[in-house]
Amino acid sequence: MNYLKAVLGHIGGTVLLLVQALQHVHTLPRQFNRFIEQCYLIGFTSLPIVTILTFFIGSVLALQSGYSMENFGAKQLIGSLVGLSVVRELGPVMVAILIAGRVGSAIAAELASMKVYQEVDALVTMNIPPERILVLPRLAAILFMMPPLTLIGILCGWYGGALVSQYTQTISVDNEAYFAALKRYMTQQDVIDGLLKAEVFGFVIVLVCCYTGLNTRGGPREIGASVTKAVVASLILILVLDFFVTKALL
Amino acid sequence: MSPAFTATPFMDKTFGVTIRNLTKSFGRATVLRDVNLEIKPGEIFCIMGPSGSGKSVLLKHIAGLERATSGEVRIGGHDAGDPATRALVHLALVFQAGALFNSLTVYDNLALYPREHRLAKESGIRERVMNALSILSLEKAANKFPAELSGGMKKRVAIARALVMEPQLLLYDEPTSELDPVMSATISEIIATLREQTAVTSIVVTHDRTLAMNIAERVAFVVEGRIRAVGRPDEFKQPTDPLIANFLNPVIDLKNPRFKQLENSHE
Repeated sequence: MNYLKAVLGHIGGTVLLLVQALQHVHTLPRQFNRFIEQCYLIGFTSLPIVTILTFFIGSVLALQSGYSMENFGAKQLIGSLVGLSVVRELGPVMVAILIAGRVGSAIAAELASMKVYQEVDALVTMNIPPERILVLPRLAAILFMMPPLTLIGILCGWYGGALVSQYTQTISVDNEAYFAALKRYMTQQDVIDGLLKAEVFGFVIVLVCCYTGLNTRGGPREIGASVTKAVVASLILILVLDFFVTKALL
Repeated sequence: MSPAFTATPFMDKTFGVTIRNLTKSFGRATVLRDVNLEIKPGEIFCIMGPSGSGKSVLLKHIAGLERATSGEVRIGGHDAGDPATRALVHLALVFQAGALFNSLTVYDNLALYPREHRLAKESGIRERVMNALSILSLEKAANKFPAELSGGMKKRVAIARALVMEPQLLLYDEPTSELDPVMSATISEIIATLREQTAVTSIVVTHDRTLAMNIAERVAFVVEGRIRAVGRPDEFKQPTDPLIANFLNPVIDLKNPRFKQLENSHE
C-alpha cells in the first residue's frame, strides 16, 4: 500500500513539475543561451553513439533476417523488413534508451547534486523558480533535438542493413534492390509515427530525470541512487509507453 | 567603505519576522519545539546555540525552505512558506556552505539574480557585481569557478551574492565559520554597516561570540529546539544560566575534561 502511495506520489509530482515548468514557457526566448547549451549537450554530444548503435542495430537485423528469410526465398524483401523495423520500432526505442542512459543520467546527477549542495535552495530564496531555468530549457531542447537524432539514427540503421545485405555472401542483396524494397512498403506516415514516438520518449525521459534529480535528499550516496532510479524509471517508461503509443498509432 | 547598496524601490521598506508556536518534526525527531520570537524591522538579531540545536532549521523556516509541522512564521505579515511572499519580500540567505552555483563563475553567480529579474542592463549589473566583489575584496576571483576557491572565499562570495540582491531581509547561516579572525571581524563589520546603510533586517545564526556580542541588538539562545533565552548582548555578559555561561565562556579544564565527564555519566 505504501509502495503504491509512493508511486502515485511520484506520478503526481512529475505532472506538477511539468505544469510548473510550462507556466514559464513565455520566458523561453530569454533563455535562448541555456536552450542552445542544452541542445548541444543533449543532441550534438549524443550523435556519435547514436550513429554507431543504430548502424549496428540495422546491420545485425539485416544479418539475422537475411539468414531466416533465405529459407523462404524472400531475401529480396530484406530492405522492407529492416526499413520498417528500424523506422517504426528499433530506431525510436534504441535512441530513447541511449538518451535515457547518456542524457537522463547526466540530468539526474546534475540536478541531484545541485539539490544536495543547496544550489536549488539558493535559487528558491532568490525567487528564481528551478523549474524555469533548470527544467524548461531541457524539455525544450529534447523536443527540438529528438527528431533529428532519431532521423539520423534511422538513416544509419538503414545503411547498416544495406551494407550487410550487399557484402554478406549468404544474403548478397545489392543496394538498389535493398532500397527499392525499403521504399515499396514505406510510407511517410511510418517516418512521422517513428519520430512522434521518439518525441514522446525523449520528453518523458527528461521530465522523469529532472523530477528525480530535484527530489533528491541526503548526500553523495543519494545522488548515485537518484541516477539509478531515474534511468530505471525511464527505461521502464520507454517500454510501457512504446506499447501504448504504438497501439494508438496503428 | 563604499555604499553596499544602491537605492531601489524595495529599500524604503523593511520587514520584521514573527514566529509563533513553531514546531518542526522530521519523522519521529522533533527539531523545533514551540518556538516564539518577534524580530523587529531593521534589527540585527543573532541566534546562538550548540550544534544540532535547531538554529539552521529555524532559519530555513524563515527563508521558506521548510514547512512547519505546526505554528507559523510571518515576514511582515506574509506567510514565509508561501511562494508568493518571495515576490513581495526581497530575501537573501547566506548559506553555511555557500551554495554557490558550481557551473558558473563567481561573476555569473553574482549576476544571476539581477539578470533573471531584469533589474538592470548588463553595464549596470557589472557595476553592481563589481561593487559587491570589491566590498569583500574578491575582485581577482571574479572569473574563477567555485571549485577553485578556498572555503573562506566561497563564504565571502556567498555574502557578496546576497549583497547584489539588495535584500530587505538578510539571513546568515554561520557567516564567519571557516574564516580567520580578521575576516570574521570584517564580515561582522559588513553586517553592521549594511544595516546602518539600508536598515535591512538581519538574522544571523552563529557560534561567533565576538560577532553576536558586538553587533547584535538582541541575541536568542536555542537549546534542544527551544528558545532558552532572548535578550540584549549586555544581558549575557554575566549569564546566570549555567548552560549559556558554559556556551559563551567554555573553560578548558584538562584535569576534568568534558569528554571524560560524558563517559562517566554513561557508565
